[in-house]
Amino acid sequence: MVTIVKMLFVIVPAHNEEKNIGRVISGLFEHGYNNVVVVDDGSEDQTSEVARYAGARVITHPVNRGQGAALQTGQEYVLSQGGDVVVHFDGDGQFNPLDIAPAVELVRNGGYDAVLGSKLLDNRSKIPWTKRRIIIPLARFVNRLFTGVNLSDVHNGFRVLNRKALEKIEITNSGMAHNTEIVRKIKEHGLKFREHPVEVTYNEYGLGPRGGLQIVFDLLISKITK
Amino acid sequence: MLIQYLLVLIFLYGLFRSVARFRKKELSKTNLVVWIILWLLGILVVVIPNVTFYIARVFGVGRGADLVIYLSLAILFLVVFRLVTKTEKLERDITKLSRNIALEKITKK
Repeated sequence: MVTIVKMLFVIVPAHNEEKNIGRVISGLFEHGYNNVVVVDDGSEDQTSEVARYAGARVITHPVNRGQGAALQTGQEYVLSQGGDVVVHFDGDGQFNPLDIAPAVELVRNGGYDAVLGSKLLDNRSKIPWTKRRIIIPLARFVNRLFTGVNLSDVHNGFRVLNRKALEKIEITNSGMAHNTEIVRKIKEHGLKFREHPVEVTYNEYGLGPRGGLQIVFDLLISKITK
Repeated sequence: MLIQYLLVLIFLYGLFRSVARFRKKELSKTNLVVWIILWLLGILVVVIPNVTFYIARVFGVGRGADLVIYLSLAILFLVVFRLVTKTEKLERDITKLSRNIALEKITKK
């Protein structure tokens, strides 16, 4: 039996992020988040070492399995540790730790099971034109097609989930299609959710068009093989 | 025609390989039988192309060659579908394995 305590865990999936991961972890510590779990997804660089040195708990996939798989590994760890709230926080330094507290407040005291970050609800984020006009609307359309839920920002890695949501949402899409999968499962299990503005700073562009197609392909395959 | 000799040689080689793999116990008996039938059918079609004409007529397809192409396509689709679903399952299994290894390591520490 796992005893559930009022404990917040931040899960940081990371693949070859030795340059950013240290800064991400210290940023989290500075804002009082001490339970940082880095899931090193089979990095070929020093991600694990840097993360450990920065003070995070590090779980290392022996081989690269994709961001969805890394998140699920982190979630299973948190479940085994009895945490009550979990934050998904990207390892490349694109998120702002200041956005965590208000989102956690919504989950702990606002009656929400899940809070999903969106960079489109305020104008702090500088979004490249092609993303704003082409990629994000496309992603929104695909997401709506597969989940029936309308979100402003589908592929946003910032999420806060309570334990109930954590137990219900088992991420099986290893790749990037997990974004859509999580939304689908939130709806399936009737979890109470809302979007919440977060700031995103772009270091790199992110997924190219091929990555986007891969997501659609993964979603179709998982529909067939379920 | 030269192409016939070439195809027969290829099919014979396939037949030979199947038997060899069966001997090394890499192939089950049922699979061996299926492969032998397939190779022999291939040889039959190449040596006496006219047989496809009769089979095609039974199926209501105009030409033997067309029947071969239709059937091949159908079989290929099935094989690809099987492969895709199988790889997907393998991927999931590998993910589970890596997860267990990763979590085991951290709890032991």
